[in-house]
Amino acid sequence: MPFIGAAVFIGIWEAFCRIYQVQPVLLPAPSLIIEELAQSPLWFAQQAAYTLGITLAGFLAAAVFGGLFAVLITEWKILDRLLFPLFVALNSVPKVALAPLCIIWFGTGAEPKIAIAFLIAVFAVVIDTILGLRSVPPDTIDLARALRGSRWKVLTRIKIFCALPHLFAGLKVSMSLALVGAIVGEFVSSQRGLGYVILSAQGMFDTPRVFAAITILAVLGVLLIESVSVAERLALPWHHSAERPQGH
Amino acid sequence: MIAAKSVGKRFGSPENGLTAIESISIDIAEGEFVSLLGPSGCGKSTFLRCLAGLEQTTSGTLLIGGKPIDGPPDRLGMAFQRDALLDWLNVLDNVLLPADFRGERKRDYEPRARELLKMAGLSDFVNTYPRGLSGGMRQRVAMCRSLLLDPQLLLMDEPFGALDALTRDQLNIDLHRIWVQRRMTVIFVTHSISEAVFLSSRVVVFSPRPGKVIEDIPIDLPGDRKLAVRDTADFAKYARHVRGLFESMGLLHD
Repeated sequence: MPFIGAAVFIGIWEAFCRIYQVQPVLLPAPSLIIEELAQSPLWFAQQAAYTLGITLAGFLAAAVFGGLFAVLITEWKILDRLLFPLFVALNSVPKVALAPLCIIWFGTGAEPKIAIAFLIAVFAVVIDTILGLRSVPPDTIDLARALRGSRWKVLTRIKIFCALPHLFAGLKVSMSLALVGAIVGEFVSSQRGLGYVILSAQGMFDTPRVFAAITILAVLGVLLIESVSVAERLALPWHHSAERPQGH
Repeated sequence: MIAAKSVGKRFGSPENGLTAIESISIDIAEGEFVSLLGPSGCGKSTFLRCLAGLEQTTSGTLLIGGKPIDGPPDRLGMAFQRDALLDWLNVLDNVLLPADFRGERKRDYEPRARELLKMAGLSDFVNTYPRGLSGGMRQRVAMCRSLLLDPQLLLMDEPFGALDALTRDQLNIDLHRIWVQRRMTVIFVTHSISEAVFLSSRVVVFSPRPGKVIEDIPIDLPGDRKLAVRDTADFAKYARHVRGLFESMGLLHD
């Protein structure tokens, strides 16, 4: 079904460009974009791989550090009160405005782009994981207390599992934000990656190439989110187990 | 085993709080099956939670084995209205949870867990996740879990309240059989008169909030009961008596 929607959209686009003879520099027809991609597939693949690497590195850093930060904050009230307001304040700063700073700190290699992707992506993970760690049902808390479980056992046997569905919701958001961060990083300074392709092609009014890069980004985004969904299904088998049998 | 002397519990501030229970005095000997029976919100669950060490009393003295309660007692089994099974563990691991939480090796308790599950008729569901079980099966798993460490004290907070009548009868029979075999002390909170009379060696009737003990009724029915005991004249006499207490409190009208 989702493919039918996309196919109809592309068909109308193609027809529109042909009927009204739209200049490719304004809006290239889909066929022209595919032609552009077909001319140098390897080169596009290299640029996409670079952006993908930045995105995944930023995303992984956000998932690991965001998750740990959420655990620290929920386990120790003092850290919550010390650090959480600061964290919210930092998040209110537009991360795009920090991009030039990252260049100063980390140079012009891959690191500043990963840093920007991380900064943009981490907030969603932290907020959703904190929400999840605090979503333990009251009965389950009573059970844990009655069984006199240590804090470590309660965290590793109960809280983390309660948090997982929320964590994955956060990871989906943070994955698409990491991609945004990677592109922003490449806009600011880069000689490689899809962000660089878009910026340099735009400078030469090579609109089909801009669209080619955007197309790859769109496909990449869908694949990345989908891969988080697959990981979710694998990690939470109890959410998708068998039907309820009848009887008592 | 349990000695409660004018136990009270208030929630909130002194001037703007809520008195859940007021001056409850009961003594419960080892091996008794005592039902706390009363209308919803009468504080019977609060009293149970005080016994479990989940809440602190605000007045009076509450002793278990001669010692004041300063946390969940040792060898405590607990069952909740919503079974509180962990969705991410299969049935066997759910039953083994008390051993795991105590820092014991799960392997050592596995034979016992399997035996309990077999007794509950759940041998075929050892590796199933709770999601795949019906309400009655889930509550049985919870019962097996509370029995794993062979508790001396079993506290049950309306464990069958959310089940259909037929399933509830069956679990009443199962619980009674387990108690007859093991003779641990059971405190059972319910608002079903027939459930309380059927299961208990003593029924303690609570008033509406703030909860007080209205009457403490020893149930002198056969030790090993069958469901048919509910059709006897003695059973009807007890049930009628308790119903009479509820009527006199204005909780039931004809």
